[in-house]
Amino acid sequence: MTTAELEVRKLRPSDLVRLATVGLRTRKLRAGLSAIGIAIGVAAIVAVLGLSSSASAGLLNEISALGTNLLVVQNGQTFSGQPAELPVAASAMIGRIDAVTAAQQTGLVTGNVYRSPLIPTIDSNALSIEAASPGLLRTVGTRVAEGSYLNAATAQEPVVVLGAATAQRLGIDRVFSGERIWLDNQWFYVAGILAPAVLAPNIDSSALVGFPAAERYLGFDGHPSTIYVRAQTASVDAVDNLLGATADPENPNEVDVSQPSAALVARADAQGAFDGLFLGLGAVALLVGAVGVANIMIISVLERRSEIGLRRALGATRGHIRVQFLVEAVLLAFVGGTIGVGAGALSTAVYANTKHELVVIPAIAWGGGIGAAVLIGAVAGLWPALRAARMSPTQALWSM
Amino acid sequence: MTAPINIGEHPGLVDPSDPDGDRPGPVLEVDQVSKVYPSEPPVTALRNVSFRVARGELVGIVGPSGSGKTSLLQLMGTLDRPSAGRVRIAGLDVERLSDREVAALRATQIGFVFQQFFLAEHQSALDNVADGLLYAGVVQAERRARALDALRLVGLAERPHARPNQLSGGQRQRVAIARALVGSPAIVFADEPTGNLDQATGRAVLGLFEELHRMGVTIVIITHDREIAGRLGRRIELLDGQIVLDSAEISGGSASPVQGVPGHGECTNS
Repeated sequence: MTTAELEVRKLRPSDLVRLATVGLRTRKLRAGLSAIGIAIGVAAIVAVLGLSSSASAGLLNEISALGTNLLVVQNGQTFSGQPAELPVAASAMIGRIDAVTAAQQTGLVTGNVYRSPLIPTIDSNALSIEAASPGLLRTVGTRVAEGSYLNAATAQEPVVVLGAATAQRLGIDRVFSGERIWLDNQWFYVAGILAPAVLAPNIDSSALVGFPAAERYLGFDGHPSTIYVRAQTASVDAVDNLLGATADPENPNEVDVSQPSAALVARADAQGAFDGLFLGLGAVALLVGAVGVANIMIISVLERRSEIGLRRALGATRGHIRVQFLVEAVLLAFVGGTIGVGAGALSTAVYANTKHELVVIPAIAWGGGIGAAVLIGAVAGLWPALRAARMSPTQALWSM
Repeated sequence: MTAPINIGEHPGLVDPSDPDGDRPGPVLEVDQVSKVYPSEPPVTALRNVSFRVARGELVGIVGPSGSGKTSLLQLMGTLDRPSAGRVRIAGLDVERLSDREVAALRATQIGFVFQQFFLAEHQSALDNVADGLLYAGVVQAERRARALDALRLVGLAERPHARPNQLSGGQRQRVAIARALVGSPAIVFADEPTGNLDQATGRAVLGLFEELHRMGVTIVIITHDREIAGRLGRRIELLDGQIVLDSAEISGGSASPVQGVPGHGECTNS
């Protein structure tokens, strides 16, 4: 026998896993309870990230369905602070820009909207009357929910189409023939009800009439107040720069141009505003779980002194003992993390389903959750493992 | 009882580095070993203890509690290091080995049998025995095959899948002995192997050790029981950390590997 023959053998991975699961297999309840601590933390993190991603994914999906190429031109203010007026020809002029595929307009008409003349005038429901051009719906990305939209004939007559919110506030959810509402002291017949216009919310709270009808019956001057412009997606920025000068060549600075989808994207981002708080709570739960794992591992090391002593007598090095207990802690935390990811994903799916949202669980949530659990297991198990490895075999075997 | 077994069928019993057993030099050499535990005041557990164990010997180390038996076992078993003196196992000076090398030495050259058995309750007798090879770098299939051989050797081949709690005390100790033997170590240390057993069972376990001794296994049994020690081939008596009697020296300096020398028990009792 020579020293060269004394070679320390590494544990095979299969043996290491078998050793590291001894504690978990023999004390299942205890292992389960300490894994729950980690599971709760990971579940909280996964659910928070999953829920906010699902919510914004729903919104972003809606936005991309509606298109990000809608630009809105509105009258701004004059130098003296009065509302400016867009030229009557503004819409037609914008339509001549090459990259513009559609330009439709609405014009604000003074007057209030009531269900009937018997409603007190003060109950105006914050509704407005808008003159609307015939191709408006396609351009703003909405559709008729009930009845029909204005056509060349009804645009001339006292006929109104209600925005989604308008119909709701007036208590109209169906269109009957002969149904009418009281518009600026005269009856207008209801032709249709629109679906919500996500990109143009002020259409929702308007009653739409044709430009000719507005001029004939409501004293409208024909100046548009809002022009909805669809541009080729690649040229949106270029069109954006041209719109002011095209809409009102004399006073381009009195024109406001905006991109409604940008505001919605910002809103989607804002869905995650409270994420930090909940992620913090999840991190606290993880920390508590880590303390639980460390505690259980220390108890385990104390309880298994004789096992440690025996293994040393059978030829285990300190390293063998250390890696056994470290891997056990990591496995314990990994099991907890996996359960946590499952629970977090499940609660996200259930919640998103009730809200009819897309279920989105970002990779960083589940990957990070399991990764954090494993890291925590390693950190929490390090000291107990070192302690187990430091234990002298004679003390472990003979001082019981 | 164990059926007689032809040692040739059990390669596990033969040291692979010395298949004929004709290598010169003792398996265990304890040379002027002292052990002092640092406390206030320091406790001297062993004082200048020297002896040698040749290949194939069955040695009993006997002494009352506090005589230093356990300290000596820990030093011989390389679980602790002496304060002074040298311990050599299979020709290797333990003093010169690193912790890792000593662990590898235990994994391949030393078998332990403990009074409390130290079996893992959650696994079968077979796997308990197979764990004796875990740190020697043997793959699981071979560990199990060799564990079955070792169980056969101790007469438990019929119940390899029994859990320790389904076995009697004597059977458990046989499993522990099989675990000590499975790596075909150069030497087996047994610490009060009959201490937790009733007399009849203890006698049977001792019979097993004698049988293994006849097969050529080198065994050192630590016990406080003079009757047990009297049955063993060679007896070393410890008192207050010193050897007061070594039956091998009385019989002329050469170890008698098979039979004890009659009459020595009475001699030391006086």
